Amino acid sequence: MAWHRKLLRVNLTNGTCTPEPLNMEWVNDYLGQRGLATKYFCEEVDAKVDPLSPENKLIYTTGPLTGTMASTGGRYSVVTKGPLTGAIACSNSGGYFGAELRFAGWDMIILEGKSPRPVYLHIENDKAELLLAEDFIWGKSVWDTEGLIKKRHQDPLMRVSCIGRAGEIGVLYAAIVNDLHRAAGRSGVGTVMGSKNLKAVAVRGTKGVGGIADPKAFMAATKAGKKVLHDNPVTGQGLPKYGTQVLMNVINEIGASPTRNSQDVQFEGAAKISGEAMHEKRPTDGKPHLITNQACFGCTIACGRISQIDETHFTVKTRPEYWGANGGLEYEAAWAFGNANGVDDLEALQFCNILCNEEGLDPITLGSTIGAVMELYEMGVITKEEIGFEAPFGSAEAVTRLAEMTARGEGFGKVIGLGSKRLCEKYGHPELSMSVKGQEFPAYDGRALQGMGLAYATSNRGACHLRGYMVSTEVLGIPFKTEPQATEGKPELLKAFQDATAVVDSAGICVFTTFAWGLPDIQPQIQAACEGDWSLEKLNVMGERIWNMEREFNLKAGFTAKDDTLPPRLLKEGCKTGPQKGAVTRLDIMMPKYYEVRGWDTEGVPTAETKVRLGL
Amino acid sequence: MLKSLSIDPTKCTGCLQCEMACSYEHEGVFNTAKSRIKVFDFHHEGRKVPYTCTQCAEAWCLHACPVEAIKVDAGTGAKMVFDNICVGCKVCTISCPFGTVNYNSDTGKVMKCDLCGGDPQCAEACPTGAITYVDADWTGLEKMRKWAAATDTAPRA
Repeated sequence: MAWHRKLLRVNLTNGTCTPEPLNMEWVNDYLGQRGLATKYFCEEVDAKVDPLSPENKLIYTTGPLTGTMASTGGRYSVVTKGPLTGAIACSNSGGYFGAELRFAGWDMIILEGKSPRPVYLHIENDKAELLLAEDFIWGKSVWDTEGLIKKRHQDPLMRVSCIGRAGEIGVLYAAIVNDLHRAAGRSGVGTVMGSKNLKAVAVRGTKGVGGIADPKAFMAATKAGKKVLHDNPVTGQGLPKYGTQVLMNVINEIGASPTRNSQDVQFEGAAKISGEAMHEKRPTDGKPHLITNQACFGCTIACGRISQIDETHFTVKTRPEYWGANGGLEYEAAWAFGNANGVDDLEALQFCNILCNEEGLDPITLGSTIGAVMELYEMGVITKEEIGFEAPFGSAEAVTRLAEMTARGEGFGKVIGLGSKRLCEKYGHPELSMSVKGQEFPAYDGRALQGMGLAYATSNRGACHLRGYMVSTEVLGIPFKTEPQATEGKPELLKAFQDATAVVDSAGICVFTTFAWGLPDIQPQIQAACEGDWSLEKLNVMGERIWNMEREFNLKAGFTAKDDTLPPRLLKEGCKTGPQKGAVTRLDIMMPKYYEVRGWDTEGVPTAETKVRLGL
Repeated sequence: MLKSLSIDPTKCTGCLQCEMACSYEHEGVFNTAKSRIKVFDFHHEGRKVPYTCTQCAEAWCLHACPVEAIKVDAGTGAKMVFDNICVGCKVCTISCPFGTVNYNSDTGKVMKCDLCGGDPQCAEACPTGAITYVDADWTGLEKMRKWAAATDTAPRA
């Protein structure tokens, strides 16, 4: 089968790298990537572990389609217990690194313990070694780290996944970044990496991925899948042309764009920072912001943005190192630094986006936390003296300065580095943190879209759009249209989305394929790649099994039904404007039904019957 | 009619489907390290360029080979490396001005594009039309068409 059947166990405390056979029984139950690594994690790590202690583990993991010709088949995930949330964390990234790890002959890397000195892991096919990062790449940005490693090893074809300075200094939402601007972005997986004194994983693989169970069927199935993506208006046209930013105007118009720390649901400046605006010529230099689109490994959608920042903009005019082509602007970053802070300066948002890549930060949490700071500033709770300058909503200067201070651990940036939950608690206003289980929600309002609100409240890694993307049905009509304010049927639909997404995240492909693909498009690709039975029925149950396994981990970690909720603002303050005016999230109606369809008791605990049915 | 690969870098997204298709056709595995076509990412300019052998009519590699392991395929015009003759001396890799013949340390032979016997898999796999397989005498046809369409022939007032 497409598996190498081999994982690398790295004990950072002892400095050992040991190959181990992959547990193929678990593969049969959990497929790979998110499912399989979470299984390993739950078996090996106590749910009560301190996320930043050596006892926590960090798992780099791939799926059976990673490094194959399946479209988008280049994904890897990082699984750990998240320091921002205290919940199970699983962050997924594209780029080229995941495929390279598979080309080197590895399906997974389990990193445990803590290195006494800063190190990086160097893998060249079977050879794996820990090398000193001190006086070399420790203290360097993501971009410098990648360049220096390639130079030292005299290998321009290496792929590097690493943390920036944010992960070293303990910003609680540090990301792991690979290929300069693709990231396992959320929940602080980079913070855990930094806490282990591990700076980077650098891989070169020349073995490739073989052993496809039925090569002929695989080539036919992947080709058919690519045609579906090509013919679909979202994956074939919208995403390649406008990237994820295709959503900016759409979400704003439907009144679902959390604005100024979710005080509003529509942003008057949205058009100025949209995907469409990125195509327009700037008055300053006559060039459009966007240069081209970019694919991750194997991806036939190519939604990535490559842009060039305005050299005369105040953020970069004295810093030529930022003038070249760079990753971004992506929708979530545009929203987090833009709408959430009331800032409509496209170039300032791009600067924040590339800063997050350069230093390894989650833009959603960072932007949302700055939004909370701005609200507290306007309330007079946080003062100008504390911050060092004025920070009202709408100030591009404040957003960019605060982002830089956070990335580098300077002044008030240290407080922002805690995330909005801890920051708002510190200032006596926990209700102003727009988060669930400690993680900030992204660019969709949970009041305006009832299903999305339920998705945030129930997501196993804290608020997230990538665990059950109800926007798809409530806004885009995929696979069918539902009314944003309808609550009936949403729990059932969300469960189906969450379970299917768990399968996608375990296969090595990108969740964006699901704008066009359903499991019936994906199943033949998995079936042809892997030996054994991978029927639709089996995959559906597997998705549900993964979801419940994650839930059980969180329950053991101390979460209860009380944590399946939203900030009071979403439950009490109605949408002020737009088509969803007056709406609040009706968790009171949806949550009991959700627990019921999940086969959980009224306290949100999977019943014995459910566990037996899922083989847990 | 002789055909040749035509590359339009402006259409390339960097997905590497071409590299995978190439390695799968020739080695039976998905392995970009063993691809005869390579996509270069000029990151700071935001440009990606697929690059492979152009099948020179007077091929340096063919003339440089001391054991005549590189021959012309009469059907496709491809300059083919015959592994059973190649001794892995690498002189062709030095003589090729474009670097498109490379040594494969796993086999001890050199490898280069052979046009997949007339059905190049890179072109087949490319999702954006950045790599196409067209009439060798008219590789400029699409560019000509584009500029022709932009030519204003309307009578002036």
